[in-house]
Amino acid sequence: MTEEIIIAGFGGQGVLSMGKILCYSGVMEGQEVSWMPAYGPEMRGGTANVTVILSDNKISSPILDTFDTAIILNQQSMDKFESAVKPGGLLIYDGNGITRHPEREDINIYRIDAAEEATKMGSTKTFNMIVLGGYLKVKKLYKLESVIKGLKKSLPERYHHMIPVNEKAIHRGLEIIKEVATVN
Amino acid sequence: MEEFVLMKGNEAIAEAAIRAGTDGYFGYPITPQSEVIEYLAAAKPHERTGMVLLQAESEVAAINMLYGGAGAGKKVMTSSSSPGISLMQEGISYIAGSELPCLLVNVVRGGPGLGTIQPSQSDYFQSTKGGGHGDYNLIVLAPASVQEMADFVSLGYDLAFKYRNPVMIQTDGALGQMMEKVKFKPQQPRSKKSPDWATTGKTPDRERIIITSLDLDPSRQERFNEKLQVKYRTIKENEVRYEKIQCDDAEYLFVAYGTSSRICQKSMQMAREEGIKVGLFRPITLWPFPYNEIREMAGQVEGMLSVEMSAGQMVEDVRLAVEATVKVDHYGRMGGIIPSSEEIVEALKQKIIGG
Amino acid sequence: MAENAITTKELIKKENLVYQKTKLLTDDVMHYCPGCGHGTTHRLIAEIIEEMGIQSEIIGVAPVGCSVLMYNYMNIDMQEAAHGRAPAVATGIKRLLPEKYVFTYQGDGDLAAIGTAETIHACNRGENITIIFINNGIYGMTGGQMAPTTLVGMKSSTTPYGREVSQMGNPIKMTDLVANLPGTYFVSRQSVHTPGNVRKTKKAIRKAFEYQALNKGTCFVEVVSNCPSGWKMTPLESNKWLAENMLPFYPLGDMKVPEQ
Ligand SMILES: Cc1ncc(C[n+]2csc(CCOP(=O)(O)OP(=O)(O)O)c2C)c(N)n1
Ligand code: SF4
Ligand SMILES: [Mg+2]
Repeated sequence: MTEEIIIAGFGGQGVLSMGKILCYSGVMEGQEVSWMPAYGPEMRGGTANVTVILSDNKISSPILDTFDTAIILNQQSMDKFESAVKPGGLLIYDGNGITRHPEREDINIYRIDAAEEATKMGSTKTFNMIVLGGYLKVKKLYKLESVIKGLKKSLPERYHHMIPVNEKAIHRGLEIIKEVATVN
Repeated sequence: MEEFVLMKGNEAIAEAAIRAGTDGYFGYPITPQSEVIEYLAAAKPHERTGMVLLQAESEVAAINMLYGGAGAGKKVMTSSSSPGISLMQEGISYIAGSELPCLLVNVVRGGPGLGTIQPSQSDYFQSTKGGGHGDYNLIVLAPASVQEMADFVSLGYDLAFKYRNPVMIQTDGALGQMMEKVKFKPQQPRSKKSPDWATTGKTPDRERIIITSLDLDPSRQERFNEKLQVKYRTIKENEVRYEKIQCDDAEYLFVAYGTSSRICQKSMQMAREEGIKVGLFRPITLWPFPYNEIREMAGQVEGMLSVEMSAGQMVEDVRLAVEATVKVDHYGRMGGIIPSSEEIVEALKQKIIGG
Repeated sequence: MAENAITTKELIKKENLVYQKTKLLTDDVMHYCPGCGHGTTHRLIAEIIEEMGIQSEIIGVAPVGCSVLMYNYMNIDMQEAAHGRAPAVATGIKRLLPEKYVFTYQGDGDLAAIGTAETIHACNRGENITIIFINNGIYGMTGGQMAPTTLVGMKSSTTPYGREVSQMGNPIKMTDLVANLPGTYFVSRQSVHTPGNVRKTKKAIRKAFEYQALNKGTCFVEVVSNCPSGWKMTPLESNKWLAENMLPFYPLGDMKVPEQ
């Protein structure tokens, strides 16, 4: 199995850490992983994105132009990455602030209103974990316990008291993700 | 048993530096490698091993701190990115000219001048053909994964001390910023002994030690240069490192190092799905360059494409290696752009197979 | 709405204009973080050049730092310089174009670390240039590392546990240093964290340009500034922190004024 993912949104949405948790989940199940962020001053308050590859085999290029999955968290990223999903691939997006919804007909599209849900849950910081939960629901990549282990690994010790809240958020994500359109 | 952790390439270099028993790190912030000094600052290396960490006032100062520490026989290192490495060139020449060991890390970004902060390989000429003034060579290691970023720190020190010569790890912003899993070697103690060539204070039982690169007598200076050349020949004979991937049945060859070699591996899979038998030759030491090994491949393949994030620098060495016995061309992107695997397959078709 | 309140339509009428951006600032959107002192200081310099009517006679030099793209915002001739080398570049320009106004605009990492030698020697030679020194106590551009001016105990990405004197020495007061050099003619330290201070800074920078025409030596103005991003504070917090922490160590005022 090889899964090539782009996660893209605003800086501060937890895009990079979500990628890292996915990677650590993969490591927990013995996989090869790579995490390649876009970096530089243009990231300041602007967009942030990370390419994550999870694979049973050695990973060749960590830099990609097309993806099995795109997780899209703002309009700019929608404009940039909708077209980069491979035919038959998966696009997950948060509807918050989206003015142009995805239009492709050859990919599977899911929507998860995680920003709204995070506000409801009273912790906007869990936003990315809700999205992660949604993604795991659709892709069923890892056992939940590996993901929690991965979460533990990627959080510094002083934030470990946050793990139960994050776990709850992942579960919420599993519940609220909605299918928009699928091909097969 | 140590377990796998996820780390950025830059962080892996920093952690490996502590574990390799580095005595001193001196550096100045510059993107895309500031994580090296930032990681060290947070990791409290002084508490872990007694390692010294100092943010210098400039790269000029940093490299001269290395010169001092290396002369005292210590394991010293710095890291920087292209503009900073350019500033260090005078000091690097002095260190080579004084036959001192040290470890330099260049996380290359696009130039010339201030350029960009995005990944590039356009410092190949600078690191393999001198950079500073005078007849000297650096040993240049080119990692292609976060694991190698870590592993080449101790390898670098071993080579530096074996030959009393500066060693450079030449990598780029992509490998510096990306995370992969990495397993570290256990902590090595810092060395308590000083080499016998180090300035540690003259004791009655030995002659005084002078670290210098100066000799005003040209014939003595020439003899010294000849001695250096003997050393460089020994290094060329013994330290060439490379990796061959799917070369056994290859009819065409990519030659690429570092990040480019990773992308070429994907291009190779894509080309092979189309029935094009292409292999990958990855130089690991950029100096000494694997001339002989590439020349051997010239007998087997119909053409070679040197893929670099530069205007075409290593391709000159590939051409030297094959001595016009086989077609060689270059494909690259400049200014901080990373070529895509699709582009590379296309270039192979256009420039080597069709051309 | 109050009886005599002005409507939007009236408000934007020409005759109701009370303030306008100087033409010496281009229409490019500045890339500075919200609340950053760089933007304010750029405006002051542009206004002064306009008010003095010296657009065609001035050349600016901005080295690397957050203000490396200053040339995008100032509608004047400018040269970009390598990190730390602006005073040398400015020396070259001024020696060859002695009739022109030449200024540098340097950060604290630039002026007080990598470029210390160039700064001290340009000031010591008494180059007839104006040096504007933005001291925000940090390396803003590269992501918040310690600068030579970082206060004792202050956290940065390379002093995550706070700056320690035993390791990194004390913060350096470059302005005090250059005030002691015979080559400097006018030396002042100001700030832009309140409207009142902005006005004082404008006066000081204007003097630093006017005196340049006298050919009596280097004119040097430090602007104690903030870096909300590097300091990890909101703009408001950063201005408060500046007043409470930076100013006691870097007190404001003229440090060297020409004898009358
Ligand atoms: C030779 C060299 N070394 C390092 C750098 C990286 N660098 C760019 S700006 C900067 C520091 C900027 O700090 P400061 O001068 O205080 O300006 P600020 O961004 O805070 O305004 C550094 C270290 C560089 N461009 N060139
Ligand atoms: S990083 Fe700091 S100095 Fe740079 S623009 Fe932002 S606030 Fe200003
Ligand atoms: Mg600064």
